[in-house]
Amino acid sequence: MSKLHVTTKINGDEVEFLCDPRETLLDVLRDRLGLTGAKEGCGTGDCGACSVTVDGRLVCSCLMLGAEAEGKEIATVEGIAEGEALHPLQKKFIEYAALQCGICTPGILVAAKNLLEKNPDPTEEQVRYWLAGNLCRCTGYDKIIRAVMDTAAEMREAS
Amino acid sequence: MALDSSKTTGFKYVGTRPDRPDGLDKVTGRARFGADATAPGMLFAAIKRSPHAHARILRIDATKALAMEGVKAVVTRADFAEGLTGENWNILENVMAGDTALYDGHAVAAVAATTALAARDAIKAIEVDYEILPHVTDVDKAMAPDAPVIRAGAADASVPEGLHPNVVRYHESGHGDVEAGFAEADLVIEDHFVTEATHQGYIEPHACLGTLGTDGKGELWCCTQGHWNVQKVCAALLGLETSQLRVTASEIGGGFGGKTAVFIEPVALALSRKANRPVKLVMTRAEVFKATGPTSSTSMDVKIGMKKDGTITAAQGTFRLQGGAFPGAPCEMTAMCAFAPYDLKHVKQVGYDVMANRPKQAAYRAPGSPMAAFAVESVIDELCKKLDLDPIDTRLKNASREGTRASFGPTWPRIGLVETLEAAKAHPHYSAPLEPGQGRGISCGFWFNHGGETSVSLALSEDGTAQIAVGTPDIGGSRASMALMASEVLGIPYEDIRVIIADTASLGYNEISHGSRVTYASGLATIKAAEDAVQKLCARAAAKWGIPEDAVYWEDGFAKPSGPNAGDFAPLPIAEITATMGATGGPISGHFEATPEGAGVSFATHIVDAEVDRETGSTKVVRYTVVQDAGKAVHPTYVEGQFQGGAAQGIGWALNEEYIYGEDGRLQNAGFLDYRIPVASDLPMIDTVIVEVPNPGHPFGVRGVGETSICPPLAAIANAVSAAAGVRMRQLPMRPSRILEALDSAADG
Amino acid sequence: MVDVALWSGLRPLIGGRDSVAVEGSTVGEILTALRRDYPALGPTLDAGVSVVVDGRVIASSLTEPVRPDSEVVLMMRLKGG
Repeated sequence: MSKLHVTTKINGDEVEFLCDPRETLLDVLRDRLGLTGAKEGCGTGDCGACSVTVDGRLVCSCLMLGAEAEGKEIATVEGIAEGEALHPLQKKFIEYAALQCGICTPGILVAAKNLLEKNPDPTEEQVRYWLAGNLCRCTGYDKIIRAVMDTAAEMREAS
Repeated sequence: MALDSSKTTGFKYVGTRPDRPDGLDKVTGRARFGADATAPGMLFAAIKRSPHAHARILRIDATKALAMEGVKAVVTRADFAEGLTGENWNILENVMAGDTALYDGHAVAAVAATTALAARDAIKAIEVDYEILPHVTDVDKAMAPDAPVIRAGAADASVPEGLHPNVVRYHESGHGDVEAGFAEADLVIEDHFVTEATHQGYIEPHACLGTLGTDGKGELWCCTQGHWNVQKVCAALLGLETSQLRVTASEIGGGFGGKTAVFIEPVALALSRKANRPVKLVMTRAEVFKATGPTSSTSMDVKIGMKKDGTITAAQGTFRLQGGAFPGAPCEMTAMCAFAPYDLKHVKQVGYDVMANRPKQAAYRAPGSPMAAFAVESVIDELCKKLDLDPIDTRLKNASREGTRASFGPTWPRIGLVETLEAAKAHPHYSAPLEPGQGRGISCGFWFNHGGETSVSLALSEDGTAQIAVGTPDIGGSRASMALMASEVLGIPYEDIRVIIADTASLGYNEISHGSRVTYASGLATIKAAEDAVQKLCARAAAKWGIPEDAVYWEDGFAKPSGPNAGDFAPLPIAEITATMGATGGPISGHFEATPEGAGVSFATHIVDAEVDRETGSTKVVRYTVVQDAGKAVHPTYVEGQFQGGAAQGIGWALNEEYIYGEDGRLQNAGFLDYRIPVASDLPMIDTVIVEVPNPGHPFGVRGVGETSICPPLAAIANAVSAAAGVRMRQLPMRPSRILEALDSAADG
Repeated sequence: MVDVALWSGLRPLIGGRDSVAVEGSTVGEILTALRRDYPALGPTLDAGVSVVVDGRVIASSLTEPVRPDSEVVLMMRLKGG
């Protein structure tokens, strides 16, 4: 079976790749493009560790084929910081110790950033339900929720 | 000058909350976990697994697979060492089946191919003929006379005569005369409890990248809690000399005990040796559930007698644990932890380790202890209710203290149980009013904690900063704690210290990161290595000043003369000594290699409020407070994180998580959809109180904290739910259907 | 001589007693003496034991000192997770 040629945009950069029709976007990001920030925790869309955004929509990249990236704008954790400037979420996560092993962190950051872009003033309940698709086994979510709420407050103040 | 930096107060760095040093890598996606490594020419592996719970393997034919495009090697049991005995044999038998498939998912063969998809396709082409055998998955059924025999002759000398061959180990301990004790009680409650198997649920599946040459030299990258153990096991299973295999630990995406065991690394190395190329092997989530190491499932009987004034007169427990198709269910840990919080004149605990057609169990955060606490603390809760006694006061009345005799034998040294109970009692949560439909549960919990072989090396750089190489993978943020402890001794800023996890070739042996030992043992070793370096720094200063070494002391990063008699020298900062160290005697490093003993035990008390929906049976945890003794919290934020994480796992274990087996002995819910761990919307904020009763065995008083936090939640939540529902829950998890059944049978009377 | 308390499951192996007295000034010497004086304990010791000396859990070290008046308690080897 011959490979498909795909042209897409990832974290603002034009990217082209070849992939097997069966490869997921997650496989492509990790194995073909060297973007290993997105993680495979389950391969079935249940854990959110592979979260990316596609044209601004939060998606599990394990549930999307690489070929479906054609003509889309993909954003991964690697694109959250701008050069050496960390996004406020990233800074707060470190400050609040909102990560222990860190495997879920890329997915949670992508999801949280997406939330704050859509809703800059979420309640605790809204944050919890938005992040319900991102499993964390280490933290019990407490410090993650606090970090997101505090970031939202800080970003509102700054704007 | 022998430096002893032991202290329990007056800290400058320990106890502060700086940013962790590896935070930047982890929030940018740069940190490299098990599956994030690549090597030129790398092949991808996949494993063929038995679909049967118990079956003789008659024939494996890989001809078609080997003929497929991109397939470079196939291995079976024949490609591993022969003649292994003891635990090495058990591990090999689990890593790759011999003549019998022992559980649904048991590995029978493996393939390496040029792409992951090709490997996946190739395993479908491997033909295996099975003769299906009767199976058993339930612990009590596995002990019954008619149970299928998993493996004859596996029982050790501890097992009494007359038990089924599936019973492989036995434990009995205690003291006094329980019958006499029960006779003294005003109320005796005896009850039966069941818990299902759960999985540690780490979000990162096992993954490794291995290269092994026919010359016996190998390199292995893997996510593990203990890379020296991986080195040792792989060497045994592949017939290698240990030192010829170098293992590097990646960042690890959760372990909780489940990554202390070896499952796939020997397979990757065997394939690599055959194909003469690096091999990457990553487990799927379904494979993680089916073929790594879940907990035991249990069947427990507990009987406790209490006087009207709340004094426990006697306690007895029988704990049956199945650990999969191999010995190792931690029945003795369950038995010894069960009554540990209580000072008992008459106590007896018995444990059985039973085999069944399930995967080989592995440790999960205080293995064995949470289940024991569920049974014991539920009975104590019931006694308190029936005798109308306050749950915390009753526990205080009977609490283990320094000088009392532990249920498993020794006299307690300084311990912090009473302090956790008192802090819980004083906490606003305990006296907060409950809404209608809500119930409150209390539980204590206990864990031993561990020391273990530890090697640490500290190298000073020419600019006076330090590099510390430890051998314990960072599973909870320990790099920060190591740096804080080294700062305290060296007197240099936390930011001037870099901590790395060294590979097996770069340090002496290190025992696995388990038993909550890292902050304790690697921490102690870091302190001692820093003291070693300080002694050498002082010697250089003494030589420079022409005074004896014992006339120099170290303070806040400076060498100083010890008094006016020693000489009037200006304090010498570390950077000045290190700048010239090459010329004054050579590079300065500190080392410590030892097996620290004296790990301090840890107690906890949890308070939970839960509400039950009587229509749907669903439960909501509305408030949670963890109170736990940490000895000394080196980095309090990460100690809080351990408390919260353990509580969250306990909530999942109590309410949702279980291994569900079908009649065919196959695992029905091998994915995160149907094996449902707590998500962000399930949980409230989790309050934490750090109690500090210093452990005399650590220079700064540290007690391990990682495991104890999972010991109380099962019981605390069961007690809260039982109170909310008005009916005693005796089986975990308390999923909605179980709560509705319990409500129905209570209604029927 | 040091008194070593054994867990109750071992009583059948040592004639129903719950402790035995052996010579030794380190954990290692105590374990060697147990093995020599009470061969029935051999398989148990092989399976692995931890020793608690005056309230300190000695998981594996054989060189840990023991005094004649130390409280010494044998336990099944502890494991963690």
